[in-house]
Amino acid sequence: METIIKQKIRQVKQGDQSAFEDIVNFYQKKVFQVCYRMLGNIHEAEDMAQEAFVRAYTNIHSFDEKRKFSTWLYRIATNLSIDRIRKKKPDYFLDAEVKGTEGLTMYSQLSDQNPLPDEEMESLELQSYIQKKILSLPEKYRSIITLRYVDDLSLQEISEVLDIPMGTVKTRIHRGREALRKKLRDL
Amino acid sequence: MSCPKRYIEMMHKYLDHEITKEEETELKDHLMKCEVCQLHFHELKRTETLLESPPHVQVSPNFTEQVMNKLPKEKKSISYKKWLKGHPIFTAAAIFFILMLTSAFSLWSQDGQLTVSKQQGIVIEDDTVIIPEGKVVTGDLVVKNGDVIVEGKIEGDLVLINGNLISSNGLLASAGEVTGQIEQVNQIFEWVWYHTKETFRSIFSF
Ligand SMILES: [Zn+2]
Repeated sequence: METIIKQKIRQVKQGDQSAFEDIVNFYQKKVFQVCYRMLGNIHEAEDMAQEAFVRAYTNIHSFDEKRKFSTWLYRIATNLSIDRIRKKKPDYFLDAEVKGTEGLTMYSQLSDQNPLPDEEMESLELQSYIQKKILSLPEKYRSIITLRYVDDLSLQEISEVLDIPMGTVKTRIHRGREALRKKLRDL
Repeated sequence: MSCPKRYIEMMHKYLDHEITKEEETELKDHLMKCEVCQLHFHELKRTETLLESPPHVQVSPNFTEQVMNKLPKEKKSISYKKWLKGHPIFTAAAIFFILMLTSAFSLWSQDGQLTVSKQQGIVIEDDTVIIPEGKVVTGDLVVKNGDVIVEGKIEGDLVLINGNLISSNGLLASAGEVTGQIEQVNQIFEWVWYHTKETFRSIFSF
């Protein structure tokens, strides 16, 4: 698949717009999922995912073909989503950190306020429950968790996508995962 | 109760496929005998499974179409063929212009020999066209690839293409009389321009 995509990218670079259609078809699901995990709203997620593809198209010449296209695409999508979150976000308190104890401070206390769902919860409800828990994470953990699980990105890839050092990626994924373990353990 | 933190770290390393063989062995050995860590590990793996299941939401079926509609128009260098198809009048004009230029160029290169638009009342010596004293040329005179000596009179314009107006002693000068304008065309582009002008004149004078 990668070689077909590479060929399509070359066609797009040469000005063949219709070749981009196949690229959108191929990646739309994952890009949309990334945006949805980040934003938690279908319409917003679709807007952002579309915008990500438009940006990818207009900046296609800056894409280095030696790199993975999906990684580059996710970078655009997550950056757009993070911008969106920051613009509308009044719930900054979730990310408030007590000095010296970086990480899961305030929101971990907020975690299990929701009543636990039934044992026989349908998968749809289960999914929206998981989504809600992911959304309750501060954006810097959310983006890493999203990339780690939507497309099984390696820590190295996540570090490239988000442009943050590997050490930080490791710390954040561990903390994010521990937070979700606590939030999801009673399911 | 509290095990070294490094076991938890190893669990995360395990989940991120970053664990070494030695660490993995060490972790397994510890999990065999520590229930607290076992439970922790179990919960982490379960969380992992839950997170790996994709969100239930679907992209709308016309997602791709909408993206394609939002893209900026294709660059001109690539799509000029499409553009020309969409602008038939311009295309026709362009083709006409190209054909006209081509014919003008071929006219230019075709004949290096002396040509005169009318023979009446003139004398031709070698590459020189002479309007002798007392003679009158009525109407415009076009001379191509030759010099012109005017000792008589031209009642109209004189057009010199690739030639000069000289006097009988060979110096560059005009002696006789030209009632109209004297137009001299010596450069290829001037010639093309002249030809173009003439073509348009002949088209639009009808
Ligand atoms: Zn232990």
